[in-house]
Formats: sequence, C-alpha cells, structure tokens
Amino acid sequence: MSRHVDLLIVGAGPAGMSAAIVAKRHGLRVLVVDEQPSPGGQIWRNIENLAGTPRAGLLGKAYGEGAAVVGRFRASGADYEPGTQLWHVEAGAGARAFLRRDGAASSVRAGCVLLATGAQERPAPFPGWTLPGVMTVGAAQIVLKSSGQIPSGPVWIAGCGPLPLLYAMQLLQAGGMVAGFLDTTPPGRSREVIAALPAALLGAPGDLLKGLSWIARLRRHVPYIRHVAAIEATGEGGLENIRYVTADGRDATVEARLLLVHEGLVPTIHPTLALGCRHVWNTDQDSFAPALDGWGETSEQNVFVAGDGAGIGGARAACLRGELAALRIAAKAGRLSEAEAEALALPVRSRLARALSPRRFLDRYYRPRPAVFIPPDQTIACRCEEVRVAAIREQIGASRPGPNQVKAFTRAGMGPCQGRQCGYTVAHVLAAAEGRSVPDVGLYRVRPPLKPVTLGELAALDTMDALS
Amino acid sequence: MFRTLDQETGETLTVHVDGRPVAAIADESVAALLLRQAAPWCRTTPVSGALRAPYCMMGVCFDCLAVVDGVPSVQTCLTPVREGMRIERQQGRPDVTP
Repeated sequence: MSRHVDLLIVGAGPAGMSAAIVAKRHGLRVLVVDEQPSPGGQIWRNIENLAGTPRAGLLGKAYGEGAAVVGRFRASGADYEPGTQLWHVEAGAGARAFLRRDGAASSVRAGCVLLATGAQERPAPFPGWTLPGVMTVGAAQIVLKSSGQIPSGPVWIAGCGPLPLLYAMQLLQAGGMVAGFLDTTPPGRSREVIAALPAALLGAPGDLLKGLSWIARLRRHVPYIRHVAAIEATGEGGLENIRYVTADGRDATVEARLLLVHEGLVPTIHPTLALGCRHVWNTDQDSFAPALDGWGETSEQNVFVAGDGAGIGGARAACLRGELAALRIAAKAGRLSEAEAEALALPVRSRLARALSPRRFLDRYYRPRPAVFIPPDQTIACRCEEVRVAAIREQIGASRPGPNQVKAFTRAGMGPCQGRQCGYTVAHVLAAAEGRSVPDVGLYRVRPPLKPVTLGELAALDTMDALS
Repeated sequence: MFRTLDQETGETLTVHVDGRPVAAIADESVAALLLRQAAPWCRTTPVSGALRAPYCMMGVCFDCLAVVDGVPSVQTCLTPVREGMRIERQQGRPDVTP
C-alpha cells in the first residue's frame, strides 16, 4: 500500500528540517526523505556525531549552528527516512512521489511536496578535470565532515567564492597543507560591485569581515595567485601537473597530486524540470531556478521549493524559506487561516530579507570567469560519455540545434548523471555560437527516473497500488 | 590521497577492496575509504577506459561508481561501509550478472 502524508519533504538540510518543524507544529503528517545517512544537508553534514568535538570546532561556528536545528527536527515528530532517493514525482491535486531505499522502490501520496534538494557545485570543466586527483572543494569538505579525512599531502585549491577560502582555513586548522591558492576571481570586481556593498555591509557585516580576514591569513601563509584565468590538469592515470595562466599572462606549471576546484553553486532543479515547473534565469547567479510565489510554491499546484534549490541563499535563508513554505502548506491543509499564516510569516519574511542582503554583492563579486562556462575545445564537457566541447561545437550549423538535438547526436547528457555536469556547458557553448542567450537555449529535457533505479527495485513497487 | 585526522579514533571494521582486507572506519562512505588507498580511484570508464576517482562526494556526478557486494554501479559516496563488505573497482562496462 502506498502511504499517504500531508506533506512530503525531499531533503533533510536546513530548509527541509525547518519546514518539518513548522509543519509538525501545525499538526501535519510529515515524511522527510533524504539521500544521506543522517540529517543536516551538505552544510551540516554529520553534525549529530560531531557536535562538541574538536572536528566541529575546526569546522567553525556556522557548522555548529546546525546542531540545534537537527535537534529540533529530531524532536519534531516528523517521520524521517535517510538513505532514500527520489526517482520520480508527479504533481496535481494529490502529489505522488516514487522513492528507492534499501534496494526497493515505493511510492508515497502527499497533499503537498516540498523539494528542499539544495544545490550542487557549479560544473567547472577545464582540460584534465576528470583525472583522479581533481575533485571539488565541496567534496573535500564533505570528506572532512563525514569521514574525518584531509588531503595527505600539500593540496592546490583553485576557485572563486567563499567556500574555497573557508575550506582552506579549515584545512590549515586541521593540520593540512595548502601548496597554493589559485584565486580565479576576475580582475576589477571590487570596482564593479561597489554599488552592492552597502546592503551587504548593513545586513551581514560580520560575514564580510570574516571573509577578508581569511584572505589576509591565506596570503600570509600560502602562495596566493590572483586573477587566474585558465587552468589545465595533466598526468598519466592521475594528476601530476597543474598549468595556470593569469589574466596578465603569467604562465606557470606546478607539480601536484591533488587539486580542489570550486566555482560557486547552482540550484538542484532536476525534479522541478521533470515536473514541468516554470523556471526563471537568475543573471547574477548564472543559473536557472524554479519560478516561485512568496511562499515558495511553484507553477505546479502543491509543489513547493525551499532552500538553495530556490536560488542560492545560504543556510540561514534556507531555514526561513522552509518555514514560509510550511506555513502556506499548513494553511492549504486547513490547519491555519490565511490571515494566521500571513501574521506568522511577517517576521520570517523580514529575517529572510536580512539573510539575503549580502547575496547581490557575493553573487556579483564571485561571478565565475567566462572560461568556466565555455571551456577550451579539448575539454571533456560530459564526464559520463566523455564528449568534448569540440564535439558539441561540431553539431552547430545552419539548423541551430538545441541541447536535446546535441544530446541525441553526441550522447552528451546520456550517462548516469543525466546532464547534471554538462547541461550548463552545452547551453553556454550553443548560446555563444548561435548568438542566443542561455535562457533561450535552455537545458536538456529531464525525464524520470531522476536517479537510476534497477528492475529489481521496481519489482518491489506494488503495481496494483501504482495503477490506482 | 587523503588521510584520517590524528585525533580520530573511530571504531574500525574490515572490508575487502578487490579481494584484499582493508581497515575501514564505522560510518565512513566507501568513496572516502577508496580515497585513502594507495590507488585512490574507483573505476575505469566504459567509453575510453580512463581511470576515475570520486569527484563530488554528494551523489551528483556518478564518478564514484564501483561494485559493492556484487552490485555494479553503486554510488559509493552515498554508501556507508559495513563489516565484511566486498568492494571491487569497476572495470569499464559493468556486467548485468555478478
């Protein structure tokens, strides 16, 4: 039998947990499913095991803040199923989600679905990015949080944004070694974003000062190369050398065993794309996000999005967006009047505005350099099918193909990741060559299953129930 | 490529990587375990046979696939280690039958 809940929440990060807490407070039956083995999302990964330990100390205050939220979530009474993947979701008067867990598929009916699926690191292809020894900064931080591991030798960090700085600080604190920091932020940014600075300073002065102190400390302790415009990784069967070129033409090659890269985050939108939700292009964040009303409801009835999946905003904003969505869902279920929901939302909205106030500055300051979007021709764009940028470019002709045609002809986007790593690259390469905008070109059409599901798992699905 | 922090003293268990016994730490992912090995890769690609290692560690990139307890193409970054687990690096195209 398919289960029935008032609210199904996909994702147990800041947004999903906060929504569950509020929804339970208003008497909803809530099920939270999450891919990871424990609650917290990527930002607060493994916090239950680490709270109060030296490792939590070196991960910092923002990490430690997760313990209280996870504690409230555990005490909320919401049903919680870790290790669970969403592979299909249908909207309508009664939404329906299809899950896989422990080798079996199942379905859940829900009055509303809240997709709190967060973000992924922006795919940042460059020649050699598929070599063992090249990973994302986020990946290395996850290994630190969830497995207590740091790079065994000196590591090169390349990228743009707060995360590479934060991880470099955490790594030094943990006794790791940074061989060098390749800052890929393009030159001239301070001048360009000055107009957005006052709002950020007013809203989050502490965060900006913290960032500046990290940069100052890094520049004192490790080789810090600014304005890196191009990166190439080479080696036989694994990373051996990194070549980098700066904006002013400095060209250097260094030996390396591990290179960590990061060029910002993009919202996870595979589920909302598959649902046919309307999406909008966010120019400052160079990414699509679902179009949402003031509560987080998508263009599809009873489907909500909260957290970084709604647009990158950070953990504090994610919690608040989760609360807003839960209030509206409680009102829809008749547990609150519209007026009561509005009244409860008022202070949440003002805290959300404050939490988002540094965003414009951060987004514009850390907008990736052009080569992140359109890498050199020899770069592998699709990691799964090993399709190079040149092969995508070869498809461009008088017919002005879109991503779906390119996918059919090159197999880019047909591997197990289903375009999560190459979708934006294909869109950017096509847009530039065809004189179109990226939002006009768009992304691959997304079809279920959203994650691979085996025939054995499908066999566990109650087919009579699925037909009903 | 990676090492455990000196302060860490987690409960250890034994798993097998390509038939060889390896000490693992309770709760760590299979991908994290592989990153600590002398050969820190997990598979060869079905297209060109190139070596791949875990890349995103959060279930997005599907580069950390390996054969776990006979099941091919398991996302090892989402799979915690278990006592006696048999992990094999995945060679090219996985077989449907073990």
